[in-house]
Order: sequence, then C-alpha cells, then structure tokens
Amino acid sequence: MEIYFFYMFAGGMILTSLLMITRANVIHAALLLVLTFFFLAGVFVLAGAEFLAAVQILLYAGGIMVLYLFSIMLMNVEVAVRMRQWHRQGVVVLVAAVLLGLEIWAVLGEVEFGAPKQWEWSLGATPGNVEALGAVLYTKFLFPFEVASILLLASMIGAIVLAKRTIER
Amino acid sequence: MDMALEVAVAAIKIFIVVNVVQLVVAYMIYVERKVIAHAQLRLGPMRVGWHGLLQPIADGLKLFFKEDIIPDKADRVVFVLAPVMVLVPALVVYAVLPFSATFYITQINIGLFFVLAISSLGVFGVVMAGWASNSKYSLLGALRSAAQMLSYEIFLGFSVIGPLMLAGSLNLQEIVHAQRDVWFVFYQPLAFIVFFVAALAETNRVPFDLPEAETELVAGFHTEYSGMKFAFFFLAEYASMMVISTIGIVLFFGGWEGPDFIPLPGFVWYCLKLGAFMFVFIWLRATLPRYRYDQLMRVGWKFMFPLVMLNIFLTGFLKYLFL
Repeated sequence: MEIYFFYMFAGGMILTSLLMITRANVIHAALLLVLTFFFLAGVFVLAGAEFLAAVQILLYAGGIMVLYLFSIMLMNVEVAVRMRQWHRQGVVVLVAAVLLGLEIWAVLGEVEFGAPKQWEWSLGATPGNVEALGAVLYTKFLFPFEVASILLLASMIGAIVLAKRTIER
Repeated sequence: MDMALEVAVAAIKIFIVVNVVQLVVAYMIYVERKVIAHAQLRLGPMRVGWHGLLQPIADGLKLFFKEDIIPDKADRVVFVLAPVMVLVPALVVYAVLPFSATFYITQINIGLFFVLAISSLGVFGVVMAGWASNSKYSLLGALRSAAQMLSYEIFLGFSVIGPLMLAGSLNLQEIVHAQRDVWFVFYQPLAFIVFFVAALAETNRVPFDLPEAETELVAGFHTEYSGMKFAFFFLAEYASMMVISTIGIVLFFGGWEGPDFIPLPGFVWYCLKLGAFMFVFIWLRATLPRYRYDQLMRVGWKFMFPLVMLNIFLTGFLKYLFL
C-alpha cells in the first residue's frame, strides 16, 4: 500500500517539477512549484516525518511561496512571457547534468536498500516524532541550531539595513 | 478488510461533516444578517419563510442559477482554480477538529500544527483570484489581503505556543483533556487576546476587513467573481471562521468539555461555545469601524508581536518555577 502512495507522490513530484521548469508564465511556474511541495510533504509523511511535512507546507508553501507570488504579481507577466525563455547554455547544462548524475550514482552505490518498512494502517494517533525532534534539537544539536538562528538574524538585519538606506535617500 | 471498514467509516464521517458545515455556514449568514439588523433596529430578512428562515436556501439557489462570468482577459485556469484553492483548505482542516470525545474524523499527533499549515494555504486562493482576474481592484485587494494574512498568521502561530506549552501536546484531543480542571484562558489571558485579534484579521472580519473595503476596492480580490465561484469564497470565509473559533475553543475554553455540574453531552457544549464565539464575531461587526491599513500593520508588529513574545517568555518562566 505504502509503495503505491510513494509512486503517486514521487510521480506527481516529477511531473509538476517538469511542468514548472517549462512554463513561460512565471505565476504558473510558481503555482506548480507549490504543488511539488505538496507531493514532497506526502513523501515525508510516508517516511514517518509528519512534523517535517507540516513544516514543509507551513513554511515553504504557506510562507515563502506566497511572498514569491506577492512580488511576481507586481511584475508585468505579459511582457515576461514574450521574453526569450532559454539562455542557450546547453553545453554548460550538459556538463553539470553529467557531473551531478555521476555524483548521484556514486552516492547511490554506497546506500544499502533494505526491504521497505511495513506500513501500519491506522487513522488514529500514533506516537509521534515531535517530542523526539524537540529533545534532539535542543540537546544534541543545540549548537548548529543556534548557529542557524544567528545566520538568519544576520541576514534579516542585513536586509533591513539595505532597505532602510534606499528609503532614506 | 479492517482497512476497508475504517476507510468507509471515515468517508461517512467526512460526508456528514462537509455537508453539515455547509448548512451551518448558510445559516451563519442568516444569523449574521439578523443579528446586525437587530443591532441597527431593523428586522433583517423577513419574507422567505417564518422570519426569513428559508432565506439562506433561496440565496443558495439564486447563486446556483446565476450566470457564471469569466472576464475576457482573465487567466482562465487560475481564475477557475482560485475559489477551489480557498475552499479546499478551509474544509480539509475539519479532518482533525475534535467535535466531541468520540466524534472526530481523525486524530493526528501534529493536529494543531496541521491546522496552522493547511489554513495558511487559504492565502494562495486569494492571491490567485486577485491576479487571475486581471483587474486593478482585484489585484490591490489581493495584495492587501496577502500582506494582512501573512502578518497576522505569525501572531496567530506564536499565540498558540503558550497553551501548547501548558498542554505539552499538539494533539487537539489531548489539549482538551489537559483543561479538565481549569480552562487555559485563565492561565493565558495575553495569549487569548492576541489569538482573538489575529483570528479576526486572519478571517478578514471587522475591524480588519480591509481586503474588502467597499469604498476603496469595490469587493477586493473577488470583485470579478459571480455565481457559484463567488459563493465558494463566501463559504470558505465562514468555514474558516468556524475553524478558527473551534481552535480558540480547544486551546482556551476546554473544547467539548463542560463543567461537571451541568450534565450535557460534549457535542452540545461544543456547539454552545462555537455559537458564543460566532456571536462575538458578528457583534464586533455591528459595533466597530474599520481599521486603516497602516494602523493594522502598526498594531500587529509594534504591539501584538512584543506582547506574544512576552507571553511565551512568561509562560516558560512560570512553568519552570511552579510545575
């Protein structure tokens, strides 16, 4: 059962990402990216990481993509659609794709694929990983967590300073 | 076979909940019209049925048979998808809401987080509708809506952390159980104030109904919508009002649990509390004027944000000292 759901989500993800990169209209591309996030959240749920799935939807779909759409909407889409869509950088893309493919192949060679985890059908609540995540995040990984917070804070202050300079002028 | 049974039961529950929600929404609109009318010394709908009781059905039929107009220059696909994108998240959230001790569609251990995540998607429909309509009023209305909903979503998210720290669980049913003795509103008055204001802003209700300020924007993001598509926006607005009221009841007012000395079933308690919440929403609409856009943003970021941060700090501090 789980494997069918996995193929559904993974297939949907590949399809929407392909559609996304081939659209000329940026808004359509952005909306398709949101769909991709949904399928990814589905994969996370199947992997038993429901907290991550909710974060994926709340932050990426509900937060970041809305801000993207927000700024794209102010653009003149009709002009953008008529612009040249491809940058004629086929050679670069080919080299990058081959390198990436080799890398993935090398990594996959290291992984041992076990039998898929048995999926227990249940509509009820199961013991969750939210508590475990919280405990690990605030004990074992406290330092990386704080470093990430400081990075985010620094980038936020930077953005405010840049924006303020233009307002003052 | 067990699985098929469980799926069938869930499907029946979903069918019941979705239909009851739509009926309740239709009558919420009727109640709103009546309450506001009486607040303004009018009678409100009186013609269709006894005291206008069949008015919602007449309105629904009218919307159903209206011509469905899609503007010429609109982006057809996005234009048609936008109302769906508003309504679906509003209804999906009902999957995890606890209506009583035994009646709910499902319980998941990230319940509250799921509600926040899914209801944050409603803003997509608004943005899509505004953009796809290809009309200036719609676009401006959508931009306003999006900015307002995004800002207040943050306060909403932070205001639920206080009760969460007390309950120690994201499961809505467990949060209700944690309030068997004392409602969290007595422990978390600050959080409740912020939650309530943010809830008003999230659902675009007075005094924060800027997205549909008629005098400035005609009807905001749904200016170009008619017929059933318009009805979808309406349905979604009231459905998400009920969702946010339910979350408020679950987090601060003990959910479906009532005091022991009045033996009423949990579902009745839930309905009573929901009714009280919705009445306050309508009452505010009859009472308050609309905020200005800069006032809205100032109240949010300069007053509510520090307040909710203080609340989280105080909750953690007091919990560490006394529990």
